[in-house]
Amino acid sequence: MIPSAFKFYKPNSIEKAVSIMKDFGDEARVIAGGHSLIPVMKQRLTDIKHLIDLSAIKELKGINISGKSISIGAMTTQVELITNENLFKSAPVIREASLQIADPQVRNLGTIGGNVANGDPANDMPGLMQLLDATYKLSGTNGVREVKAREFYEAAYFTAREDDEILISISFDAPIGGYAYEKQKRKIGDYATAAAGVILNVDKGVCSSASIALTNLSDTPVYCYEAVGLLTGKKIDDNLLSQVTKSCVEQSDPVADQRGPVEFKKYVAGVVINKALKRAFERS
Amino acid sequence: MDDVKTPSSEERKSALSGLGTSRKRVEDARFTQGKGNYVDDIKLKGMLFGDFVRSPVAHAKIKKIDTTAALALPGVHAVLTAADLEPLGLHWMPTLAGDKQMVLADGKVLFQGQEVAFVVGDDRYAVSDGVALVEVEYDELPVVTDPFKAEMENAPVLREDIADQKEGAHGPRRHPNHIFTWESGDKEGTNKVLDEAEVVADEMVYYHRTHPCPLETCGCVASMDKVNGKLTVWGTFQAPHAVRTVASLISSIPEHNIRIISPDIGGGFGNKVGVYPGYVCAIVASIVTGVPIKWVEDRMDNLMATAFARDYWMHGKISATKEGKITGLWCHTTADHGAFDACADPTKFPAGFMNICTGSYDIPVAYLAVDGVYTNKAPGGVAYRCSFRVTEASYFIERMIEVLALKLGMDSAELRSKNFIKKEQFPYTSALGWEYDSGDYHKAWDKALEAVNYKKLREDQAKQLELFKSGKSRKLIGIGLSHFTEIVGAGPVKNCDILGLGMFDACEIRIHPTGSAIARLGTISQGQGHATTFAQILASEIGIPASDITLEEGDTDTAPYGLGTYGSRSTPVAGAATAMAGRKIRAKAQMIAAYLLEVHDDDLEWDVDRFVVKGAPDKFKTMKEIAFASYNQAIPGVEPGLEAVSYYDPPNMTYPNGAYICVMEIDVDTGVSEIKKVYALDDCGTRINPMIIEGQVHGGLTEALAISMGQEIAYDEQGNVMTGTLMDFFVPTAWETPNYETDFTETPSPHHPIGAKGVGESPNVGGVSAFSNAVHDAFKPFGLTQAHMPHDHWRVWKIAKDLGLHN
Repeated sequence: MIPSAFKFYKPNSIEKAVSIMKDFGDEARVIAGGHSLIPVMKQRLTDIKHLIDLSAIKELKGINISGKSISIGAMTTQVELITNENLFKSAPVIREASLQIADPQVRNLGTIGGNVANGDPANDMPGLMQLLDATYKLSGTNGVREVKAREFYEAAYFTAREDDEILISISFDAPIGGYAYEKQKRKIGDYATAAAGVILNVDKGVCSSASIALTNLSDTPVYCYEAVGLLTGKKIDDNLLSQVTKSCVEQSDPVADQRGPVEFKKYVAGVVINKALKRAFERS
Repeated sequence: MDDVKTPSSEERKSALSGLGTSRKRVEDARFTQGKGNYVDDIKLKGMLFGDFVRSPVAHAKIKKIDTTAALALPGVHAVLTAADLEPLGLHWMPTLAGDKQMVLADGKVLFQGQEVAFVVGDDRYAVSDGVALVEVEYDELPVVTDPFKAEMENAPVLREDIADQKEGAHGPRRHPNHIFTWESGDKEGTNKVLDEAEVVADEMVYYHRTHPCPLETCGCVASMDKVNGKLTVWGTFQAPHAVRTVASLISSIPEHNIRIISPDIGGGFGNKVGVYPGYVCAIVASIVTGVPIKWVEDRMDNLMATAFARDYWMHGKISATKEGKITGLWCHTTADHGAFDACADPTKFPAGFMNICTGSYDIPVAYLAVDGVYTNKAPGGVAYRCSFRVTEASYFIERMIEVLALKLGMDSAELRSKNFIKKEQFPYTSALGWEYDSGDYHKAWDKALEAVNYKKLREDQAKQLELFKSGKSRKLIGIGLSHFTEIVGAGPVKNCDILGLGMFDACEIRIHPTGSAIARLGTISQGQGHATTFAQILASEIGIPASDITLEEGDTDTAPYGLGTYGSRSTPVAGAATAMAGRKIRAKAQMIAAYLLEVHDDDLEWDVDRFVVKGAPDKFKTMKEIAFASYNQAIPGVEPGLEAVSYYDPPNMTYPNGAYICVMEIDVDTGVSEIKKVYALDDCGTRINPMIIEGQVHGGLTEALAISMGQEIAYDEQGNVMTGTLMDFFVPTAWETPNYETDFTETPSPHHPIGAKGVGESPNVGGVSAFSNAVHDAFKPFGLTQAHMPHDHWRVWKIAKDLGLHN
């Protein structure tokens, strides 16, 4: 459990970090909280020659809320997401989801940027960001560009990020309506057996807009377009929520692991999605 | 007499903090401040580090090991392979079970994670780089992971070294992958009873493979001093003296030139009883390099390669009359031992004390057979927080009781009560030959049922079942009952030895001139609190306050010979030795007091901390006064000083027992369970320190919870370990741990000097059955008879699915 040798950098600006990335290409990686990266380095499952610590770059930190626009720096920790009262007022689903990630020690160091940029399908934040229709801001040699969270994930650990790019911030509009993030896990600190985020905007019993995203139920987060289509414009009742749940489960494509076989995961996905839908509806 | 009031006997007794006192643990001051001294804290001048190249595959021939690149790496000093150890005869080593085990892969590997080469370098970093550069060519062979396929005609032969041996350490072998058949009891008599019985329940009960997973992994520092020829090894050893003897026998270093030291140990739970290749390689490397060598496992090494626990497939048949009187018990166990038989059992018991499987019940006739087989898995089979195979035995009988109750249509609490060994039957000889020393099972059982309000629990459960059946809830309630009898304190030298070393234990006491003392024992604490509790035993025996007694264990150069700490043997054996040594001190003190008081020995009586002249309470000598006198007076016929040593060979084992009840709520759709209540009543005989007992029970219950609800060492069909990290190997945190209610009855052991029986392992033995039975009980109304552990979410979900409870 000892990583192979690497050079360590701690730049104090995005430009410096990008320039190191440019120099070393795929031999370089940025490190945020390190909770995903360090274990794979220690197991020598990845060989990183140049490790760039982003913690000294002040502009990557912080939560900015201006009206309904929310922008979160990539190096903002999960504990900061949980404890920021303004963020809770604007987007309470973030606290609900963040509290279900790992444990307090991990959340003290784990960052939103690391969680979304690593492309690990087991991470909760990618699904959550798809739920919120967030936009990722990436900075690289060719300047800054934006990618929608719903278009960022290509396969497990493969994302739209180029080798020389750093994810610098995440922005989204404050969601309207009821919300829920429901997760089943084996124990504290575990990844989801199945997890689902739901936002429901309901007017006189009729769904005016909706968003549903799933975590750890495929090799990327799953945004449930079809299910959202089924919901929108309809009067919400148990029957509709069951149909919507079924549609979401059909979108999922989990793999068997020690948490259980595919059949079990799909069944639990249905339970978790249905619970999330109902809780979001109650809160709408 | 002056006016100062002499403290009463009660006041003086209280000042001793002796037996029965919830004395605070003296160990905690250093542990809670991070001042413990564990193996990995030991740093010696010039020390190098060693680590293993491990096999990535479960079964393969080794075609080639190329160490060139590793040796060329700066900071790497040596790479040992089997070829280097062979001239010393150390490429294989004997196991505690009479088998032998490769130290480093000798031509083939037999399990994933097996030690192939040992790289020695400046530090962990250099060594890790060196390990990565050792090139090993494997020629993969077919893999056996299913113990029931191990003995098939065309099964791949795992142990080619002994393929032709028809006789093993425990009798005839019928197949190259067969290790032993061990039988106990009356086969014919049992079959006859089963054939003629009114009711027979027949079930396969699997106790899955798991791992003790102590917080501190295994490791050692070996230091060969070439000037004086002395080898010192600091290590995570639960039995330091046995390690010294074994090390001497296999290395030919004279035993007086070997010093084994167990420093603070961060939990053992059986994982640190055996001898591992890491110890041997560190010692050889120290001899080769002339400098100290440290080897410390990481967590993955520990879970993959050091001793596992359980893995018993127990096929049972239990017979009874229609009224529920048990008439016979039959059990055939298939024991998956992995690649080498490295079980840590007393020599004559290759399946440990599995023949305690008649449990707490008066069963007239019984038969047990255990077949051990080799598979491509890590070796081990240690007693994980239990005496040898006792949790397996207890789980087996407690499941068989439940399946019998189902068959009889009887409440299993009543069935237990109907068949308990009665108080007046003790000492009771079981059908499988053990003499149970004492117990009052009915008293404990009735107290437990009353404490949890069993009747009300069943009513609440029935109400919840109605809600479930009417579609108003998706949750079921299960009530898990368990009554266990352990067999601990191995043990009498007449039938208990390890590698020929009798399983006695020892205590040596020296009283200092000013009346304080040091006591040394052959055991070694791994968190049990020996320094606290053994001082309490002594305080009560010799009248010196526990706080004035230093306890020392773990250094073979200073401690008397003993067989170490596992199988709840410390209190039953070393605790007895402590009391007996204390009594020798007191006997000599009595002679000294008689001389000082100018009376005959027989004219004195012991009063808490002093000898008093009978009928003259003003005339006495305190232990403190006697201690000083022993150093400064010339007493005719009495040697100076006040010391004693006792080597205690217990006349029998002790039989702790208890009644555990768990209430669990289960969501049939998600498989998630929530524990609503855990009640644990223990009878460990005389209670030395109630607070430590409570702590032991909490810890043992938490391990039982882990094992029953999720913890396992799982392999896929290729023999890959699927649970090699704490991501998948379940260790509960405070979050997953429920509230525990503890209780007790106190039935002292009649043969133990202070009546104590041992308690550290009871909660694991009783707990697993209670948790597992709760899961089974929840699904009982739908026809579930047996579902194997661990009861993690998906397996519980699968029970519900198979019973048709999902839409």
